[in-house]
Amino acid sequence: MLMNKPLKIVVLAKQVPDTRNVGKDAMKADETVNRAALPAIFNPEDLNALEQALRLKDKYEGTTVHILTMGPYRAADIIREGLFRGTDGGILLTDRKFAGSDTLATSYALACALKKINPDLIIAGRQAIDGDTAQVGPQVAEKLDIPQVTYAEEIIGFEGDELIIKRRLDRGIETVASTIPMVVTVNGSAPECRPRHAKLVMKYKHAKTISEVQNLEEDYYMNLRKSRDYLTISEWGVADVDAEDPQLGLTGSPTKVKKIENVVFQAKEAKKITSSEEDISGLVKELIASHTLG
Amino acid sequence: MNNIFVYCEIEEGKIADVSLELLTKGRELADKLGCGLEALAIGHKLKGIEDELYKYGADMVYVADDERLYPYRTLPHTSIVCGIFREEQPQIALFGATPIGRDLGPRVSSKLYSGLTADCTSLEIGNHSDAKSGTEYKNLLYQIRPAFGGNIIATIINPDKRPQMATVREGVMKKEEYSGAKQGELKKLDVNKYLNDSDFIVRIIDRHIEDRKIDIKNAPIIISGGYGVGSKENFGLLFQLADVLGGEVGASRAAVDSGFAEHERQVGQTGVTVRPKLYIACGISGQIQHTAGMDESAMIISINTDPEAPINKIADYAITGDVMDVIPKLISAYKENSK
Repeated sequence: MLMNKPLKIVVLAKQVPDTRNVGKDAMKADETVNRAALPAIFNPEDLNALEQALRLKDKYEGTTVHILTMGPYRAADIIREGLFRGTDGGILLTDRKFAGSDTLATSYALACALKKINPDLIIAGRQAIDGDTAQVGPQVAEKLDIPQVTYAEEIIGFEGDELIIKRRLDRGIETVASTIPMVVTVNGSAPECRPRHAKLVMKYKHAKTISEVQNLEEDYYMNLRKSRDYLTISEWGVADVDAEDPQLGLTGSPTKVKKIENVVFQAKEAKKITSSEEDISGLVKELIASHTLG
Repeated sequence: MNNIFVYCEIEEGKIADVSLELLTKGRELADKLGCGLEALAIGHKLKGIEDELYKYGADMVYVADDERLYPYRTLPHTSIVCGIFREEQPQIALFGATPIGRDLGPRVSSKLYSGLTADCTSLEIGNHSDAKSGTEYKNLLYQIRPAFGGNIIATIINPDKRPQMATVREGVMKKEEYSGAKQGELKKLDVNKYLNDSDFIVRIIDRHIEDRKIDIKNAPIIISGGYGVGSKENFGLLFQLADVLGGEVGASRAAVDSGFAEHERQVGQTGVTVRPKLYIACGISGQIQHTAGMDESAMIISINTDPEAPINKIADYAITGDVMDVIPKLISAYKENSK
């Protein structure tokens, strides 16, 4: 590898409601989504992205990996999860002005933060399970005017000054090469993320953002933080990343939600059948008679 | 000006089904709006490609033909699409929700600062009045999609920015030759007007196309399993039934996420959309995320221990019982009654 300086990687990750385990209390009486009732998790494909970043760190000495996440205060959990698995740190991008952002406004905010960090490589999950849009990766790449490689299954490594990446598409495999900086988005078919490391959990369990420390109102954490600076999770707002208000939140979002409907199935009378042999045999005869079967 | 554009995907000289489906839908929307339908074909060796696109209702076909444009790469295709959109100012632009459309669409939307809605399941034309500003909007594109894991259906609009962009998965819209089809107009593009050297920074060094081995999309009968099937081993029984009936095995997202079945078998919003003549849903509760991909099946039979499972609301027959008990009975009943 011809790199003469250490590789600086940022992983874009999102804390998402676990939409795969939606219970009865997921909807509030006013028919909006009750986010509080859903467990908040590390977006699954972002974990695949994190693993690819950590493998590059294992492979190329001096590489640093930081997680950048945008969300409310509790999204700092994502950064701690990263630290427990081997990242060097993380940044929580949080501000009320981000509320209501669509993918484009989100990408703008992330791009502003990334310009400040100036990484060599940005890795993200292909898409998040709460929206399934797969838009933020490519939009961030465009805002930074750097190339993108989506649907990656493996970041193989450097050949000369180019990074080699294997992509998994609907109908096959494509291997591409590009110079850095660039954005890579990683598929769920990529290897799973390594588990937490017990020693790292011990080391970083008190890593906190400044807001978290202030909310605790205990001097203990403030003092701890002063003596061990690795326990500081950076927290940035709009002013820290030089973002312009008109491009943020609802005003910065070209798409608007016109209407939200809870899913209500159209009532249609299903013919009820028991699991008795007679009933099932009768059904099969009907299906054969109507040429649905056979 | 202000027409509807469809970005057409072309693999080895063949236009992707999803692009023809979008032309069919685009034609319907264009007739409603009284505007033109234009197809954008970017690739190499595209001679004669326009004839097929006219058949599906395109009034105008733009062709960008250059050896550097095939196989697809993000940056050169983005430059051409954005260049044409800046010149022609379309009001609506549609892309397939494929690895290409989902790579290209967001890049284009960011460059043009226009909104994009992913994986729409329905597209309609309608009006909108903004409660805050009192502005009335006529003939917007309603981009309708399930969101939040399929628990809600959202209607998204782009009131102020153009084009209004949407991606749609293959199989969601119908593909139909246009009855009023006529010879359209062909416009060959001078690609060098749009491309820069820096567009070619990403090189493709190897590529092998594999046809999907599992093809549930074209199966006449689909036996689909959900989380309720319980295990990968239990899925074996679904394969037995599929063998006997001459069908394929499908799965819900929950079953795929749990490792019971391969991703290629996933039916639903983030999987494949199917319209078989018979769909047997085994241990599938029936979240919209799943039903969005199968509710147009000609006949639906559900097998579920819960008689109140949401899937029963769209089923023609609801068998209340355990999948492991019911499937062997179905197999033996079929063997007995078929010739």
